[in-house]
Amino acid sequence: MAGGVSSSSIMETLFQRTLEDLIKGLRLQLIGESAFVSKAIEEIRREVKSTDPHTKSTALQKLSYLASLHFHDMSWAAFHVVEVMSSSRFSHKRIGYHAASLSFHDDTPVLLLITNQLRKDLASTNEFEVSLALECLSRISTPDLARDLTPEIFTLLSTTKIFVRKKAISVVLRVFAKYPDAVRLCFKRLVENLDSSDPQILAAVVGVFCELASQDPGSYLPLAPEFYRILVDSKNNWVLIKVLKIFAKLAPFEPRLAKRVVEPICDHMRRTGAKSLMFECIRTVISSFSEYESAVKLAVVKIRELLVDDDPNLKYLGLQALSVIAPKHLWAVLENKEVVIKWLSDEDPNIKLESLRLVMAMVSESNVVEISRVLVNYSLKSDPGFCNEILGSILCTCSRNVYEIIVDFDWYVSLLGEMSRIPHCQKGDEIENQLIDLGMRVKDVRPELLRVARGLLIDPALLGNPFLHRILAAAAWVSGEYVEFSRNPFELMEALLQPRTSLLPPSVRAVYIHSAFKVLIFCLHSYILQSESITSSFPDNLVLGVSELVLKKNMLEGSELTTCEAPSAHRSEGFNPRNQSYEDLSIKNGGDRTINHGQTSTPAFSENIFTYDSIINLINQVELALGPLTGSHDAEVFERTRHILCFIELIKGEITECLVQKGKTLESEEMKASKIIKLISDAFSEELGPVSVSAQQRVPIPEGLLLKENLDDLETICADFQVPESNLFSLGSPYYGEEVGVSSFGLQDKEESEPSNEATSLLTEHRKLHGLYYLASEKNEIVGNDYPPANEPKLQVNPNNDTEDLVKLTVQSLATNKKPNHAKTRPVVVKLDEGDLVTVTAKRPETKDDLVSGAVREVLLGSDTRTATSQSNPSDKSSSKRKGKEKINVDRSELKENLGDSEKPKHENPSSRKNKHRISGKERRHKSAGKIGEEREENGQKGMQKSSHRHARHKAPHRSDAPLNVVSQTPVIPDFLL
Amino acid sequence: MIHFVLLISRQGKVRLTKWYSPYSQKERTKVIRELSGVILTRGPKLCNFVEWKGYKVVYKRYASLYFCMCIDQEDNELEILEIIHHYVEILDRYFGSVCELDLIFNFHKAYYILDELLIAGELQEPSKKTVARLISAQDSLVETAKEQRSTISNIIAQATK
Repeated sequence: MAGGVSSSSIMETLFQRTLEDLIKGLRLQLIGESAFVSKAIEEIRREVKSTDPHTKSTALQKLSYLASLHFHDMSWAAFHVVEVMSSSRFSHKRIGYHAASLSFHDDTPVLLLITNQLRKDLASTNEFEVSLALECLSRISTPDLARDLTPEIFTLLSTTKIFVRKKAISVVLRVFAKYPDAVRLCFKRLVENLDSSDPQILAAVVGVFCELASQDPGSYLPLAPEFYRILVDSKNNWVLIKVLKIFAKLAPFEPRLAKRVVEPICDHMRRTGAKSLMFECIRTVISSFSEYESAVKLAVVKIRELLVDDDPNLKYLGLQALSVIAPKHLWAVLENKEVVIKWLSDEDPNIKLESLRLVMAMVSESNVVEISRVLVNYSLKSDPGFCNEILGSILCTCSRNVYEIIVDFDWYVSLLGEMSRIPHCQKGDEIENQLIDLGMRVKDVRPELLRVARGLLIDPALLGNPFLHRILAAAAWVSGEYVEFSRNPFELMEALLQPRTSLLPPSVRAVYIHSAFKVLIFCLHSYILQSESITSSFPDNLVLGVSELVLKKNMLEGSELTTCEAPSAHRSEGFNPRNQSYEDLSIKNGGDRTINHGQTSTPAFSENIFTYDSIINLINQVELALGPLTGSHDAEVFERTRHILCFIELIKGEITECLVQKGKTLESEEMKASKIIKLISDAFSEELGPVSVSAQQRVPIPEGLLLKENLDDLETICADFQVPESNLFSLGSPYYGEEVGVSSFGLQDKEESEPSNEATSLLTEHRKLHGLYYLASEKNEIVGNDYPPANEPKLQVNPNNDTEDLVKLTVQSLATNKKPNHAKTRPVVVKLDEGDLVTVTAKRPETKDDLVSGAVREVLLGSDTRTATSQSNPSDKSSSKRKGKEKINVDRSELKENLGDSEKPKHENPSSRKNKHRISGKERRHKSAGKIGEEREENGQKGMQKSSHRHARHKAPHRSDAPLNVVSQTPVIPDFLL
Repeated sequence: MIHFVLLISRQGKVRLTKWYSPYSQKERTKVIRELSGVILTRGPKLCNFVEWKGYKVVYKRYASLYFCMCIDQEDNELEILEIIHHYVEILDRYFGSVCELDLIFNFHKAYYILDELLIAGELQEPSKKTVARLISAQDSLVETAKEQRSTISNIIAQATK
């Protein structure tokens, strides 16, 4: 029996497919990859159960090959991995560990089984086995593993085997992340390694601190002297790069640090031949020490070197560095503008993009027109992707802070129109938003806006491009909303109803139809106004003429009408009640409103444009175009169509009569139709303003309404639903007049738009009374809902029209910046409140109060705030604290000595040395005391350090004008504990 | 820190993957698909950096292989390029003018070498010589074990145990 088993195993061993066989087979692909792989997996499943360790490990190796390069699941083999890991042979163990680091993750169930194996290997005398275990721990470490293996790591942190110690140091980072309490035990030894003379150890430990400091820089300030020493002494570029990164992170927390380190950094920048180190110096200076003029100047010189280098990598990094520095030192960009602009046409899209960003950074009020024009021309020549990048950045730059840099809005609106016609343009959404936003915010631009909208609408070719549909929706909305500026509303109507609108998606089409409604109302209203004034002056003549026309017209249209009206009339009966109510409502609404705009608007067209003929034509045209849409399946389109058709039906009979009768019964009460028209017209002429982002917040929460605070469950629902920004100026709002009571949205809209009038005035009232309790930033909250009188638009004569060269433009920007001579004053742009402005201020890195840094602070600073997770025994803690207190007296003298030493500025910091000696001395004494003893010692140390800070704090004021030493900066640190 | 290392051939075949941050199997395939789409299409004389989902990917092509490493925004790109070059040089020294086939048939060795060069997403050994020495030491450890195992007497001993 036993012989049988072993003979099968020997057969397996001898005839097992090796890894090489597997790879060769895969490459030959005789039976297709998937078939081959599934066959191989079948074999592996059998082999991996073998009792022969060699067969087993080879099978596992093959499996890891398939898993890592062909992405086959190997989680099923987890237990076998553990088996192979525990093999006594190094070759097998290595395969096992490799498989584990490849396939295990934090939730792998068998992780519980490997703790002991790892512990054994970490304590192994074979350094390569220790290395394997560390490698594995760096890849997979759970809180349990980290906790259980902390003592072993602690021992390894001071082992004499460099090869193992450097790995242990790197692994500590992962252990800290999973088990923050490990910091209390290991941190001191980690810090000791900073003094190591071995470059590998130093590289490893600095790397760890670099990562730690990126999470919470403030906690590591006390170690600044150590880092400073490394910065000055080290010759190793790898180490220097990491130390520079650490200083870049520490700098914002301690202003005095900068003074000390700027010089050494500049030295490195000047001296080094390694581009990577030089670039790191540049980056450190420009990101964290940008107030030091001389350092920044040097950095800019070096950036220039990068920029003119042939290596595209250096070019790219140079450009990136410039864009980092641009917000604070724009001169650096302007100095290099030729180069920057040259690379707008580089072959590398990444470089082009960076240079585009920089060009946009140079844009200012005075050169925005020229730069935009050149860029738009350039976009015509570039590939679609970059073209859209250009357009996007123009749109973004120009609209920043509510069109801050735009003076000539007419120009900007026509630029938007121009952009829409660029063949590759895919920025429809953004252009749509801006067109509508501009219409609502800038009163003066409306005539030009309408002209642009008309241009877009009447071009049938644009309807075929789906990317433009959103823009067309905006254009249609503009043409309806601001139709009073139109020279020829009939033309607009024709554009809105053209047959190719069938290409539009229903949502856009609904906007078209509604805009057509507005245009129609406008025409009818103007006609009534006009005919009233005419009849009063020439009562008889005209009416006679008109009535003749009426008769003629009626005869003509008779045939047309019957065709299209038959179905709609039939259907409208069903909807009658609803239509009726809507009319009533709109009348009511119209009546409620203050009528201020409709009547004052002066038509810019010649008077005789609204003849009876043209009006009837118009009505017919609408009916003809919209008739077929009554069968639309889209609710929005259908409803809009019904509205407009029912309205026509309502007024049609009377409009002919009224005009005939008008001459005869001039004294009689106003006709119903014209009354309706007037009221709707008034409703439409109500001005729409922008709605503040925070408008909803100002609506007081009704009593008894319970709002759920925690909206986490929503996240799962709307995970992939993005709220478009256009919601702020939703196209729904123009309709709200009719939709009250009809749809639930009506209410919402009302809530949103109303507060701009009432709530804000209430708010200002309240502000006046209780200004104390308001945030100061809110003071420009209501710039105004009523527009100040507009400035007369004058033509801007630009002397630089011909220049195509951006380089020149930016020069001009500098020159004109000093003497702004705008031919045209900037029109008023309505801003609502601070919610509109996207503040682009640099934020200080937030101090993340995570567990690791809490523990670190505790170790380094002796923080009083112990983290909640601290698992150490409270009695132990208090005793250790007492112990610390007892020690204060002894330590003080020592510390005095330290501080005295540190006042002498020396490159090699003596205090740190001293500190080390002291600590290591203590360490030796307590070593035998075991784990608990060590912890105690740790806490005692903590107490000591705490006392040192207290001590130093007292001392700080006396030495405020003494030459600053980095050590002296530790006193400020307790501030971060607040 | 380095989040992952990828070796992709010009045809888009994956030759090595090493993940220093946790990625599920699904994410891994997605990352590889996306990145090879971005990187393999880039022309020869362009810069070696690609911005990708808030990270930076530094890549370099050696012969038919693309070596890619994904790093954080604030990491040093040039340093990573040097690490890549380092790795290639060590491979070259180990295999004797390395080619793609070497890595295909010795994929585990490529991993072992990488493990000596990087740990936990950080460079651990800047010296090429040291890495080469460490690898050969481990290899000899394995070799002696293999020799022992493959002697006839060993096989017989196993069969009759």
